[in-house]
Amino acid sequence: MGNVIAFCEFTGANLRTSALSNLAFARQAAQHHGGNVVALLVGAGAQAASAHAAKFAPTVVVVDDAKLANYLAETYAPIVATVAKANDASVVSATATAVGKDLMPRVAALLDAGMASDIAKVDGKDTFVRPILAGNAYSTVQISTPTIVVTPRQSEFEAAAELPSAGTVTTAAAGDVNAAGAEFVRLDAQKSDRPELTDAKVVVSGGRGMKTGENFKVLEELADLLGAAMGASRAATDAGMVPADWQVGQTGKIVAPNLYFAVAISGAIQHLAGMKGSKTIVAINKNKDEPIFQVADYGVVAEWEKAVPELISEIKKLKASR
Amino acid sequence: MKILVPVKRVPDPTQKAKIKDGHIDLTGASWIVNTFDEYAVETALRLLENGADNTRTAGSEIVVVSIGPDDAAKEIRTCLAMGADRAIHVVAKDEEIDSLAVVKVLQAVIAAEKPDFVLMGKQAVDGDANQVGQMLAGKLGWPQATFAASIEMSKDPVALTVGREVDGGVEYKKVPSPAVVTVDLRIVGPKAVQNGVTPASHAYSGEGARLPSLKGIMAAKKKPLAATKLADYGAAAAPSIKELSVTLPPPRPPGQIVADIPTLVKKLADEAKAL
Ligand SMILES: Cc1cc2nc3c(=O)[nH]c(=O)nc-3n(C[C@H](O)[C@H](O)[C@H](O)COP(=O)(O)OP(=O)(O)OC[C@H]3O[C@@H](n4cnc5c(N)ncnc54)[C@H](O)[C@@H]3O)c2cc1C
Ligand SMILES: Nc1ncnc2c1ncn2[C@@H]1O[C@H](COP(=O)(O)O)[C@@H](O)[C@H]1O
Repeated sequence: MGNVIAFCEFTGANLRTSALSNLAFARQAAQHHGGNVVALLVGAGAQAASAHAAKFAPTVVVVDDAKLANYLAETYAPIVATVAKANDASVVSATATAVGKDLMPRVAALLDAGMASDIAKVDGKDTFVRPILAGNAYSTVQISTPTIVVTPRQSEFEAAAELPSAGTVTTAAAGDVNAAGAEFVRLDAQKSDRPELTDAKVVVSGGRGMKTGENFKVLEELADLLGAAMGASRAATDAGMVPADWQVGQTGKIVAPNLYFAVAISGAIQHLAGMKGSKTIVAINKNKDEPIFQVADYGVVAEWEKAVPELISEIKKLKASR
Repeated sequence: MKILVPVKRVPDPTQKAKIKDGHIDLTGASWIVNTFDEYAVETALRLLENGADNTRTAGSEIVVVSIGPDDAAKEIRTCLAMGADRAIHVVAKDEEIDSLAVVKVLQAVIAAEKPDFVLMGKQAVDGDANQVGQMLAGKLGWPQATFAASIEMSKDPVALTVGREVDGGVEYKKVPSPAVVTVDLRIVGPKAVQNGVTPASHAYSGEGARLPSLKGIMAAKKKPLAATKLADYGAAAAPSIKELSVTLPPPRPPGQIVADIPTLVKKLADEAKAL
């Protein structure tokens, strides 16, 4: 007992940035348990990312099998549970991404493990701090099962740094790959050249007050000027103005950039839950009484139609003057 | 077809969080059906009706199950008033249960009820755990389709093709019966649920879950609501997850309203050092 199995998502030959947050968590947890961090890569082509993973973890276990070409909780969960048992895991973790949230509770069920999702802090061997009530409170929970499953929140754990020397890579067999009847049909991917919402330094979000998807172009211009990711409120995503995966909030992405722009967003608690951790928050809204101004560091009471183009030109001026 | 919908009652999220003795103070709180569970009831109805003429599919049944204190019966009745047919109320205090205990009870209920699908919210908006559905599917060895933003039902064999909002797009996953499906916000969109009975051209209001009608409220009073206990399902009041304490985050320091955009840019550059 004592090891921490960190399930790591990868793309091509690299771990995803989100996985580095999980490894940062895993190091803290491993210290409390007196064990080692074991990075676990599962999927067809996982071998390709093993060298990158070995820069961050003393042990890397790779389960690479053509039958694992598309992620399915049904096929991945038994593999994670088996590797966890084989490696004396006391903690099993994955970042709280769409995959992590789908997979880890199923793993917990297979391991009879108590689980803490979306944790913000490690507070001891079996004790974790996690947001509840849309981030309006923080709950400290203690888990008494022999194995513990955790999904750390990417925005709360700074990416792990490389180790002084690379770890060792071992492989494990996938065993029987049984999808329990589930089938991956297709992924309608939302391609973008912008940084990922969850690791962007600047985020520009728009809300219902933008009125149409076409109107978001001006926000995208602002975003591209700042190298920012695009975000949105639920009202804007529900209305189909922008893709669903731009949604920031309790049920969307949790972001904590250096700079967050909320344009024509009222500031409902569910939206605030996803961006309150941002360092500097700017709100542009035509109505001075909106709750967004209570969390904003800087508020401008104005219509976006006028304010955003002006903001773009002022930032251009500033950049030109440097 | 029979659909089981586990629902949780939660404190109304618009109330301000207060702390008493190191935990959330819920005295005098008002309660609602967890929004995602209300959406799950709505989704079950949309799967089992002709939305165009408001008729239920013959032989279909929606059973609601909730594990919670005595007065949660009120929120359970709300689900019956929306159109669910029958309910099971497993009476337990909130501090007696955790996700694993809820899963254990649901497993036992499922063994007895043998539903074709379990449809539930993706998360309870009080604890925000987002885990019961996946754990339940894991324990049952059933397929799971989480975070459903759309569902298309096909027959022979019965299966659901679920559009799931994932990082970087929408994934479509097909699960045969029996399976666990957890629903996301956009499942209540005007055309998000296609059951092959409601004409594809039919658009629901898009305003979220239906409100119980007066007729529905009257009918709900006569619908069966069975009260049971944790022990009836072999579950013990011994949660493996214990809340030690709750704290409120420090409020953000007050911000400032700035007069115009040039001032904003100046402050972002010089004061916040954010540009
Ligand atoms: C269970 C649940 C989960 C939810 N999860 C999320 C979530 O994850 N993320 C999320 O965002 N929401 C979420 N919501 C929805 C949330 O409650 C709000 O409904 C939503 O955030 C509102 O979006 P909005 O601010 O864009 O729209 P509105 O509240 O309608 O605000 C529009 C704003 O635009 C301003 N405006 C209008 N015209 C202009 C103009 N020309 N110039 C400048 N300003 C203008 C208005 O003053 C107003 O403040 C959730 C709700 C529920 C029930
Ligand atoms: N006490 C409960 N009784 C019935 N269903 C529950 C209960 N707790 C959670 N659930 C179900 O599990 C889903 C996910 O909850 P959670 O994992 O706690 O966020 C909810 O949307 C409900 O459908």
